[in-house]
Amino acid sequence: MMEFGFRLSPSSTIDLDRADLSLYRKIERLEPDMKTCMACGSCSATCTAGQYSGMSMRKVILGLQRGTDVSGMLSCCMLCGKCTMVCPRGINTRHLILSICRTYEKK
Amino acid sequence: MKENVIIIGGGVAGLEAARQMLSLGLRPIIVEQSDHLGGHVACWHRLFPDMTPARELVAKLVESCREANIFLETTVQSINRLKDGYAVMLSNGVNILSRAVLIASGFKLFDAAKKEEYGYGVYDHVITNRDLENWFAGAEDLRIPREPKVFGFVHCVGSRDIKAGNTQCSKVCCMTAIKQAIEIKEKFPGCEVFCFYMDLRLFGKKYEDFYLNAQRDYGIRFIRGRVSEVSETIDGRVQVKAEDTLSGKPLKIQMDCLCLMAGMQCNPSATSIADMLHVEVDTDGFLRSKDNIYSILESQKPGIFFAGACTGTKTVPETVAEARAAALSIFNYLSR
Ligand code: SF4
Ligand code: SF4
Ligand code: SF4
Repeated sequence: MMEFGFRLSPSSTIDLDRADLSLYRKIERLEPDMKTCMACGSCSATCTAGQYSGMSMRKVILGLQRGTDVSGMLSCCMLCGKCTMVCPRGINTRHLILSICRTYEKK
Repeated sequence: MKENVIIIGGGVAGLEAARQMLSLGLRPIIVEQSDHLGGHVACWHRLFPDMTPARELVAKLVESCREANIFLETTVQSINRLKDGYAVMLSNGVNILSRAVLIASGFKLFDAAKKEEYGYGVYDHVITNRDLENWFAGAEDLRIPREPKVFGFVHCVGSRDIKAGNTQCSKVCCMTAIKQAIEIKEKFPGCEVFCFYMDLRLFGKKYEDFYLNAQRDYGIRFIRGRVSEVSETIDGRVQVKAEDTLSGKPLKIQMDCLCLMAGMQCNPSATSIADMLHVEVDTDGFLRSKDNIYSILESQKPGIFFAGACTGTKTVPETVAEARAAALSIFNYLSR
Protein backbone atom coordinates (compact mmCIF):
# COMPACT_ATOMS: atom_id res chain seq x y z
CA MET A 1 0.00 0.00 0.00
CA MET A 2 1.18 3.49 -0.75
CA GLU A 3 2.40 5.35 2.35
CA PHE A 4 1.34 9.01 2.18
CA GLY A 5 2.78 9.96 5.52
CA PHE A 6 -0.57 10.94 6.99
CA ARG A 7 -1.94 9.48 10.17
CA LEU A 8 -4.63 10.15 12.74
CA SER A 9 -3.39 11.70 15.96
CA PRO A 10 -5.21 10.39 18.98
CA SER A 11 -6.97 13.10 20.98
CA SER A 12 -5.23 14.09 24.18
CA THR A 13 -8.47 15.35 25.68
CA ILE A 14 -9.48 13.96 29.04
CA ASP A 15 -13.11 12.98 28.65
CA LEU A 16 -14.48 12.68 32.15
CA ASP A 17 -17.76 11.24 30.87
CA ARG A 18 -15.94 8.21 29.47
CA ALA A 19 -13.08 7.90 31.95
CA ASP A 20 -12.97 4.62 33.82
CA LEU A 21 -12.82 5.66 37.45
CA SER A 22 -13.41 2.23 38.96
CA LEU A 23 -9.88 2.03 40.34
CA TYR A 24 -10.18 5.52 41.79
CA ARG A 25 -13.46 4.58 43.48
CA LYS A 26 -11.93 1.48 45.05
CA ILE A 27 -8.92 3.30 46.38
CA GLU A 28 -11.05 6.22 47.54
CA ARG A 29 -12.81 3.75 49.83
CA LEU A 30 -9.59 2.15 51.05
CA GLU A 31 -7.70 5.43 51.46
CA PRO A 32 -10.21 8.24 52.00
CA ASP A 33 -7.36 10.65 52.83
CA MET A 34 -6.36 10.64 49.18
CA LYS A 35 -9.33 12.90 48.45
CA THR A 36 -7.73 15.71 50.43
CA CYS A 37 -4.71 16.07 48.13
CA MET A 38 -4.39 19.70 47.07
CA ALA A 39 -1.80 19.10 44.38
CA CYS A 40 0.87 21.12 46.16
CA GLY A 41 3.65 18.93 44.77
CA SER A 42 5.68 18.63 47.97
CA CYS A 43 5.69 14.86 47.63
CA SER A 44 7.03 14.93 44.09
CA ALA A 45 9.62 17.57 44.92
CA THR A 46 11.10 15.52 47.70
CA CYS A 47 10.91 12.15 45.98
CA THR A 48 14.33 10.59 45.48
CA ALA A 49 13.12 8.37 42.69
CA GLY A 50 11.30 11.22 40.98
CA GLN A 51 14.37 12.96 39.58
CA TYR A 52 15.45 9.85 37.68
CA SER A 53 12.28 7.98 36.92
CA GLY A 54 9.38 10.39 36.60
CA MET A 55 7.66 9.04 39.72
CA SER A 56 5.38 11.70 41.16
CA MET A 57 2.90 11.05 43.91
CA ARG A 58 0.94 14.11 42.89
CA LYS A 59 0.62 12.78 39.34
CA VAL A 60 -0.32 9.34 40.61
CA ILE A 61 -3.27 10.80 42.51
CA LEU A 62 -4.20 13.02 39.58
CA GLY A 63 -3.97 10.06 37.19
CA LEU A 64 -6.31 8.05 39.39
CA GLN A 65 -8.78 10.94 39.46
CA ARG A 66 -8.70 11.14 35.67
CA GLY A 67 -8.82 7.40 35.08
CA THR A 68 -5.39 7.01 33.49
CA ASP A 69 -2.91 4.18 34.07
CA VAL A 70 -0.37 5.01 36.77
CA SER A 71 1.23 1.59 37.23
CA GLY A 72 4.36 2.57 35.30
CA MET A 73 5.12 5.37 37.71
CA LEU A 74 4.44 3.25 40.78
CA SER A 75 6.99 0.65 39.73
CA CYS A 76 9.69 3.31 40.22
CA CYS A 77 8.84 3.97 43.86
CA MET A 78 11.34 2.77 46.45
CA LEU A 79 8.88 3.05 49.31
CA CYS A 80 11.27 5.26 51.22
CA GLY A 81 8.40 7.25 52.70
CA LYS A 82 9.89 10.72 52.27
CA CYS A 83 6.75 11.89 50.52
CA THR A 84 4.66 10.96 53.56
CA MET A 85 6.87 13.08 55.77
CA VAL A 86 6.34 16.24 53.74
CA CYS A 87 2.66 16.02 52.81
CA PRO A 88 0.94 19.05 54.41
CA ARG A 89 -2.42 17.29 54.31
CA GLY A 90 -1.01 14.42 56.34
CA ILE A 91 -1.83 11.86 53.68
CA ASN A 92 -0.02 8.59 54.31
CA THR A 93 1.23 8.49 50.75
CA ARG A 94 3.47 5.47 51.29
CA HIS A 95 0.52 3.48 52.55
CA LEU A 96 -1.52 4.82 49.65
CA ILE A 97 1.07 3.59 47.16
CA LEU A 98 0.92 0.10 48.68
CA SER A 99 -2.87 0.12 48.52
CA ILE A 100 -2.84 1.19 44.90
CA CYS A 101 -0.36 -1.57 44.02
CA ARG A 102 -2.45 -4.14 45.82
CA THR A 103 -5.57 -3.01 43.99
CA TYR A 104 -3.74 -3.22 40.68
CA GLU A 105 -2.58 -6.74 41.51
CA LYS A 106 -6.13 -7.87 42.17
CA LYS A 107 -7.27 -6.57 38.82
CA MET B 1 -31.01 68.55 68.80
CA LYS B 2 -29.64 65.31 67.40
CA GLU B 3 -27.61 65.72 64.27
CA ASN B 4 -28.64 64.21 60.90
CA VAL B 5 -26.34 61.86 59.05
CA ILE B 6 -27.27 60.67 55.57
CA ILE B 7 -26.52 57.03 54.80
CA ILE B 8 -26.74 56.12 51.14
CA GLY B 9 -27.62 52.43 50.92
CA GLY B 10 -29.67 50.22 53.23
CA GLY B 11 -27.71 47.01 52.97
CA VAL B 12 -25.71 45.42 55.75
CA ALA B 13 -23.24 48.33 55.80
CA GLY B 14 -25.89 51.04 55.94
CA LEU B 15 -27.95 49.25 58.59
CA GLU B 16 -25.05 48.46 60.87
CA ALA B 17 -23.75 52.03 60.57
CA ALA B 18 -27.22 53.37 61.39
CA ARG B 19 -27.46 51.10 64.41
CA GLN B 20 -24.14 52.37 65.74
CA MET B 21 -25.02 55.99 65.01
CA LEU B 22 -28.25 55.63 66.97
CA SER B 23 -26.31 54.42 69.98
CA LEU B 24 -23.84 57.29 69.55
CA GLY B 25 -26.74 59.75 69.72
CA LEU B 26 -26.85 60.72 66.05
CA ARG B 27 -29.86 60.74 63.78
CA PRO B 28 -29.20 58.44 60.81
CA ILE B 29 -31.29 58.74 57.66
CA ILE B 30 -31.08 55.74 55.33
CA VAL B 31 -31.74 56.24 51.63
CA GLU B 32 -32.29 52.94 49.84
CA GLN B 33 -33.08 52.66 46.15
CA SER B 34 -34.69 49.21 46.23
CA ASP B 35 -37.89 48.22 47.99
CA HIS B 36 -36.22 46.33 50.82
CA LEU B 37 -33.50 46.66 53.41
CA GLY B 38 -30.57 44.26 53.72
CA GLY B 39 -29.30 44.53 50.14
CA HIS B 40 -27.84 41.43 48.55
CA VAL B 41 -27.67 39.63 51.87
CA ALA B 42 -31.46 39.79 52.19
CA CYS B 43 -31.68 37.62 49.06
CA TRP B 44 -29.10 35.12 50.29
CA HIS B 45 -29.95 31.85 52.02
CA ARG B 46 -27.11 30.96 54.38
CA LEU B 47 -23.83 32.67 55.16
CA PHE B 48 -20.45 31.00 55.56
CA PRO B 49 -18.66 29.94 57.70
CA ASP B 50 -21.33 29.09 60.27
CA MET B 51 -24.19 28.64 57.80
CA THR B 52 -26.06 31.43 59.55
CA PRO B 53 -29.45 32.08 57.95
CA ALA B 54 -28.98 35.40 56.14
CA ARG B 55 -32.50 36.42 56.99
CA GLU B 56 -31.69 36.26 60.73
CA LEU B 57 -28.85 38.74 60.35
CA VAL B 58 -30.95 41.10 58.26
CA ALA B 59 -33.90 40.86 60.64
CA LYS B 60 -31.64 41.66 63.59
CA LEU B 61 -30.17 44.68 61.83
CA VAL B 62 -33.53 45.98 60.64
CA GLU B 63 -34.94 45.58 64.13
CA SER B 64 -32.12 47.59 65.68
CA CYS B 65 -32.64 50.40 63.16
CA ARG B 66 -36.28 51.00 64.03
CA GLU B 67 -35.47 54.46 65.33
CA ALA B 68 -33.69 55.48 62.15
CA ASN B 69 -35.36 57.38 59.33
CA ILE B 70 -35.61 55.11 56.36
CA PHE B 71 -36.60 56.02 52.82
CA LEU B 72 -37.13 53.02 50.54
CA GLU B 73 -37.35 53.22 46.75
CA THR B 74 -35.64 56.55 46.98
CA THR B 75 -32.53 57.80 45.25
CA VAL B 76 -30.29 60.80 45.68
CA GLN B 77 -31.06 63.43 43.07
CA SER B 78 -28.37 65.90 43.91
CA ILE B 79 -25.82 66.71 46.56
CA ASN B 80 -24.48 70.21 46.98
CA ARG B 81 -21.50 71.20 49.00
CA LEU B 82 -22.28 73.89 51.57
CA LYS B 83 -19.86 75.81 53.74
CA ASP B 84 -20.02 73.21 56.46
CA GLY B 85 -21.75 70.14 55.12
CA TYR B 86 -23.98 68.98 52.32
CA ALA B 87 -27.51 69.61 51.07
CA VAL B 88 -28.96 66.35 49.80
CA MET B 89 -32.04 66.30 47.65
CA LEU B 90 -33.91 63.00 47.39
CA SER B 91 -36.13 61.69 44.60
CA ASN B 92 -39.17 61.93 46.88
CA GLY B 93 -38.68 65.67 47.18
CA VAL B 94 -37.21 65.63 50.69
CA ASN B 95 -34.25 67.91 51.30
CA ILE B 96 -31.77 67.10 54.02
CA LEU B 97 -28.88 69.04 55.47
CA SER B 98 -26.11 66.92 56.85
CA ARG B 99 -22.54 67.66 57.85
CA ALA B 100 -21.48 64.11 57.03
CA VAL B 101 -22.53 61.64 54.35
CA LEU B 102 -21.88 57.90 54.51
CA ILE B 103 -21.73 56.11 51.17
CA ALA B 104 -22.70 52.49 51.74
CA SER B 105 -24.05 51.66 48.34
CA GLY B 106 -22.30 48.32 48.01
CA PHE B 107 -21.70 46.29 44.90
CA LYS B 108 -23.48 45.06 41.84
CA LEU B 109 -23.32 41.41 40.90
CA PHE B 110 -21.56 40.91 37.57
CA ASP B 111 -24.04 40.17 34.82
CA ALA B 112 -23.05 36.61 33.88
CA ALA B 113 -24.75 36.88 30.47
CA LYS B 114 -21.87 39.14 29.45
CA LYS B 115 -19.57 36.13 29.46
CA GLU B 116 -21.27 34.84 26.35
CA GLU B 117 -19.09 31.75 26.11
CA TYR B 118 -20.81 30.40 29.23
CA GLY B 119 -24.29 30.71 27.79
CA TYR B 120 -26.11 32.14 30.78
CA GLY B 121 -29.63 32.98 29.68
CA VAL B 122 -29.12 30.90 26.54
CA TYR B 123 -28.69 27.30 27.73
CA ASP B 124 -31.32 25.62 29.85
CA HIS B 125 -29.16 24.54 32.77
CA VAL B 126 -26.71 27.36 33.34
CA ILE B 127 -27.39 29.37 36.50
CA THR B 128 -25.54 31.81 38.75
CA ASN B 129 -24.57 31.78 42.41
CA ARG B 130 -27.46 34.12 43.12
CA ASP B 131 -29.99 31.87 41.32
CA LEU B 132 -28.75 28.92 43.32
CA GLU B 133 -28.95 30.83 46.58
CA ASN B 134 -32.53 31.86 45.79
CA TRP B 135 -33.33 28.25 45.05
CA PHE B 136 -31.84 27.16 48.38
CA ALA B 137 -34.04 29.77 49.99
CA GLY B 138 -37.11 28.14 48.45
CA ALA B 139 -37.62 29.82 45.09
CA GLU B 140 -38.52 27.60 42.17
CA ASP B 141 -35.98 27.24 39.37
CA LEU B 142 -36.66 24.93 36.46
CA ARG B 143 -33.05 25.15 35.31
CA ILE B 144 -32.00 23.03 38.28
CA PRO B 145 -32.88 19.40 37.51
CA ARG B 146 -34.78 17.27 40.01
CA GLU B 147 -32.04 14.69 40.36
CA PRO B 148 -28.77 16.06 39.00
CA LYS B 149 -26.02 13.47 38.55
CA VAL B 150 -23.23 15.90 37.73
CA PHE B 151 -23.13 19.49 38.94
CA GLY B 152 -20.41 22.05 38.25
CA PHE B 153 -19.23 25.40 39.59
CA VAL B 154 -17.21 27.88 37.56
CA HIS B 155 -15.09 30.21 39.67
CA CYS B 156 -14.10 33.78 38.73
CA VAL B 157 -16.98 34.63 36.37
CA GLY B 158 -16.47 38.29 35.56
CA SER B 159 -13.66 38.60 38.12
CA ARG B 160 -9.92 38.59 37.38
CA ASP B 161 -10.92 39.18 33.81
CA ILE B 162 -9.69 42.29 32.11
CA LYS B 163 -12.04 41.78 29.18
CA ALA B 164 -15.02 41.67 31.53
CA GLY B 165 -13.77 44.99 32.87
CA ASN B 166 -12.81 43.62 36.27
CA THR B 167 -9.24 42.93 37.22
CA GLN B 168 -10.02 42.39 40.88
CA CYS B 169 -10.75 39.16 42.72
CA SER B 170 -14.22 39.15 44.21
CA LYS B 171 -12.87 37.45 47.29
CA VAL B 172 -16.02 35.70 48.48
CA CYS B 173 -16.84 33.48 45.50
CA CYS B 174 -14.26 30.73 46.09
CA MET B 175 -15.71 30.24 49.52
CA THR B 176 -19.28 30.63 48.25
CA ALA B 177 -18.65 28.00 45.57
CA ILE B 178 -17.40 25.56 48.18
CA LYS B 179 -20.32 26.35 50.47
CA GLN B 180 -22.84 25.89 47.66
CA ALA B 181 -21.09 22.73 46.43
CA ILE B 182 -21.45 21.24 49.90
CA GLU B 183 -25.11 22.29 50.03
CA ILE B 184 -25.72 20.62 46.65
CA LYS B 185 -24.00 17.48 47.87
CA GLU B 186 -26.17 17.51 51.00
CA LYS B 187 -29.30 17.74 48.88
CA PHE B 188 -28.14 15.22 46.28
CA PRO B 189 -25.64 12.84 47.91
CA GLY B 190 -25.28 10.76 44.73
CA CYS B 191 -24.36 13.77 42.62
CA GLU B 192 -20.79 14.33 41.42
CA VAL B 193 -19.79 17.93 42.11
CA PHE B 194 -16.91 19.69 40.38
CA CYS B 195 -15.35 23.10 40.95
CA PHE B 196 -13.30 24.68 38.17
CA TYR B 197 -10.87 27.16 39.69
CA MET B 198 -7.76 29.13 38.78
CA ASP B 199 -6.62 29.60 42.38
CA LEU B 200 -8.54 28.79 45.49
CA ARG B 201 -8.51 31.98 47.51
CA LEU B 202 -9.61 30.86 50.93
CA PHE B 203 -8.18 33.48 53.22
CA GLY B 204 -10.80 33.82 55.93
CA LYS B 205 -11.51 32.18 59.21
CA LYS B 206 -12.49 28.53 58.69
CA TYR B 207 -12.44 28.79 54.91
CA GLU B 208 -9.63 26.25 54.55
CA ASP B 209 -11.53 23.93 56.86
CA PHE B 210 -14.45 24.14 54.46
CA TYR B 211 -12.15 23.20 51.62
CA LEU B 212 -10.85 20.20 53.51
CA ASN B 213 -14.38 19.11 54.44
CA ALA B 214 -15.52 19.55 50.86
CA GLN B 215 -12.75 17.21 49.70
CA ARG B 216 -12.75 14.70 52.51
CA ASP B 217 -16.36 14.45 53.66
CA TYR B 218 -18.22 15.39 50.49
CA GLY B 219 -15.86 14.14 47.79
CA ILE B 220 -16.13 17.39 45.84
CA ARG B 221 -13.63 17.40 42.99
CA PHE B 222 -11.51 20.42 42.22
CA ILE B 223 -10.15 20.92 38.72
CA ARG B 224 -7.59 23.66 38.18
CA GLY B 225 -8.42 25.40 34.95
CA ARG B 226 -10.71 28.13 33.80
CA VAL B 227 -13.73 26.94 31.85
CA SER B 228 -13.16 28.16 28.32
CA GLU B 229 -16.52 27.45 26.76
CA VAL B 230 -19.83 25.83 27.44
CA SER B 231 -22.24 24.37 24.93
CA GLU B 232 -25.43 22.39 25.02
CA THR B 233 -25.67 18.73 24.05
CA ILE B 234 -28.46 17.35 21.92
CA ASP B 235 -30.24 16.08 25.03
CA GLY B 236 -30.03 19.46 26.72
CA ARG B 237 -27.13 18.80 29.07
CA VAL B 238 -24.25 21.21 29.55
CA GLN B 239 -20.97 20.42 27.84
CA VAL B 240 -18.05 22.02 29.64
CA LYS B 241 -14.54 22.49 28.26
CA ALA B 242 -11.50 23.53 30.23
CA GLU B 243 -7.86 22.77 30.42
CA ASP B 244 -6.92 20.50 33.27
CA THR B 245 -3.81 22.55 33.93
CA LEU B 246 -2.44 20.02 36.42
CA SER B 247 -2.41 17.34 33.72
CA GLY B 248 -1.61 19.84 31.01
CA LYS B 249 -4.39 18.45 28.86
CA PRO B 250 -7.73 19.67 27.60
CA LEU B 251 -10.67 18.24 29.50
CA LYS B 252 -14.35 17.92 28.76
CA ILE B 253 -17.31 16.77 30.78
CA GLN B 254 -21.08 16.87 30.51
CA MET B 255 -23.13 18.16 33.39
CA ASP B 256 -26.76 18.43 34.39
CA CYS B 257 -26.36 21.92 35.76
CA LEU B 258 -23.59 24.51 35.81
CA CYS B 259 -23.41 27.34 38.31
CA LEU B 260 -21.42 30.49 37.44
CA MET B 261 -19.80 32.31 40.36
CA ALA B 262 -20.55 35.87 39.30
CA GLY B 263 -18.31 38.42 40.97
CA MET B 264 -18.68 41.91 42.40
CA GLN B 265 -18.49 45.24 40.64
CA CYS B 266 -18.94 48.66 42.12
CA ASN B 267 -22.60 49.61 42.19
CA PRO B 268 -23.26 52.10 39.36
CA SER B 269 -25.27 54.23 41.75
CA ALA B 270 -22.17 54.57 43.94
CA THR B 271 -20.29 55.84 40.93
CA SER B 272 -23.00 58.34 40.08
CA ILE B 273 -23.01 59.67 43.65
CA ALA B 274 -19.23 59.88 43.51
CA ASP B 275 -19.70 61.96 40.39
CA MET B 276 -22.06 64.39 42.12
CA LEU B 277 -19.61 64.76 44.98
CA HIS B 278 -16.49 64.86 42.83
CA VAL B 279 -15.21 61.87 44.74
CA GLU B 280 -12.74 59.91 42.67
CA VAL B 281 -13.23 56.44 41.32
CA ASP B 282 -10.19 54.19 41.74
CA THR B 283 -8.50 52.25 38.93
CA ASP B 284 -10.46 49.11 39.89
CA GLY B 285 -13.78 50.86 39.36
CA PHE B 286 -14.55 51.12 43.07
CA LEU B 287 -14.54 54.39 45.01
CA ARG B 288 -11.17 55.77 45.99
CA SER B 289 -10.36 55.95 49.67
CA LYS B 290 -8.04 58.54 51.14
CA ASP B 291 -5.58 55.70 51.44
CA ASN B 292 -5.91 51.95 51.40
CA ILE B 293 -4.30 51.18 54.74
CA TYR B 294 -5.20 53.65 57.42
CA SER B 295 -8.08 55.67 55.99
CA ILE B 296 -10.11 53.28 53.86
CA LEU B 297 -13.34 54.70 55.24
CA GLU B 298 -12.51 58.30 54.41
CA SER B 299 -12.84 59.88 51.00
CA GLN B 300 -10.66 62.71 49.77
CA LYS B 301 -13.49 65.12 50.62
CA PRO B 302 -14.20 66.27 54.17
CA GLY B 303 -17.35 64.76 55.62
CA ILE B 304 -17.75 62.03 53.00
CA PHE B 305 -17.22 58.55 54.40
CA PHE B 306 -17.41 55.02 53.00
CA ALA B 307 -18.42 51.65 54.40
CA GLY B 308 -18.62 48.24 52.76
CA ALA B 309 -18.24 47.11 49.19
CA CYS B 310 -18.33 50.55 47.56
CA THR B 311 -14.55 50.71 48.03
CA GLY B 312 -13.79 47.12 47.03
CA THR B 313 -14.97 43.56 47.36
CA LYS B 314 -15.81 42.67 50.97
CA THR B 315 -17.17 39.80 53.01
CA VAL B 316 -20.15 40.34 55.33
CA PRO B 317 -18.06 40.46 58.54
CA GLU B 318 -15.64 42.93 56.93
CA THR B 319 -18.57 45.08 55.91
CA VAL B 320 -20.04 45.00 59.40
CA ALA B 321 -16.69 45.97 60.92
CA GLU B 322 -16.26 48.83 58.46
CA ALA B 323 -19.77 50.09 59.11
CA ARG B 324 -19.08 50.26 62.85
CA ALA B 325 -15.80 51.99 62.31
CA ALA B 326 -17.36 54.45 59.88
CA ALA B 327 -20.08 55.35 62.38
CA LEU B 328 -17.42 56.11 64.96
CA SER B 329 -15.32 58.10 62.47
CA ILE B 330 -18.36 60.18 61.59
CA PHE B 331 -19.15 60.72 65.27
CA ASN B 332 -15.59 61.93 65.87
CA TYR B 333 -15.71 64.10 62.78
CA LEU B 334 -18.92 65.76 63.93
CA SER B 335 -17.66 66.30 67.49
CA ARG B 336 -14.47 68.06 66.39
S1 SF4 C 1 7.95 6.53 48.95
FE1 SF4 C 1 8.14 6.41 46.72
S2 SF4 C 1 7.02 8.21 45.99
FE2 SF4 C 1 7.41 8.56 48.16
S3 SF4 C 1 9.34 9.72 48.21
FE3 SF4 C 1 9.88 7.55 48.40
S4 SF4 C 1 10.27 6.88 46.30
FE4 SF4 C 1 9.16 8.82 46.17
S1 SF4 D 1 2.27 16.43 49.30
FE1 SF4 D 1 0.25 15.64 49.81
S2 SF4 D 1 -1.18 17.29 49.28
FE2 SF4 D 1 0.77 17.74 48.28
S3 SF4 D 1 0.54 16.87 46.24
FE3 SF4 D 1 1.53 15.32 47.50
S4 SF4 D 1 -0.14 14.06 48.30
FE4 SF4 D 1 -1.05 15.94 47.51
S1 SF4 E 1 -12.69 34.58 45.29
FE1 SF4 E 1 -12.08 32.85 44.01
S2 SF4 E 1 -13.74 32.67 42.51
FE2 SF4 E 1 -13.89 34.70 43.41
S3 SF4 E 1 -12.76 36.01 42.03
FE3 SF4 E 1 -11.35 35.41 43.67
S4 SF4 E 1 -10.31 33.61 42.92
FE4 SF4 E 1 -12.11 33.92 41.61
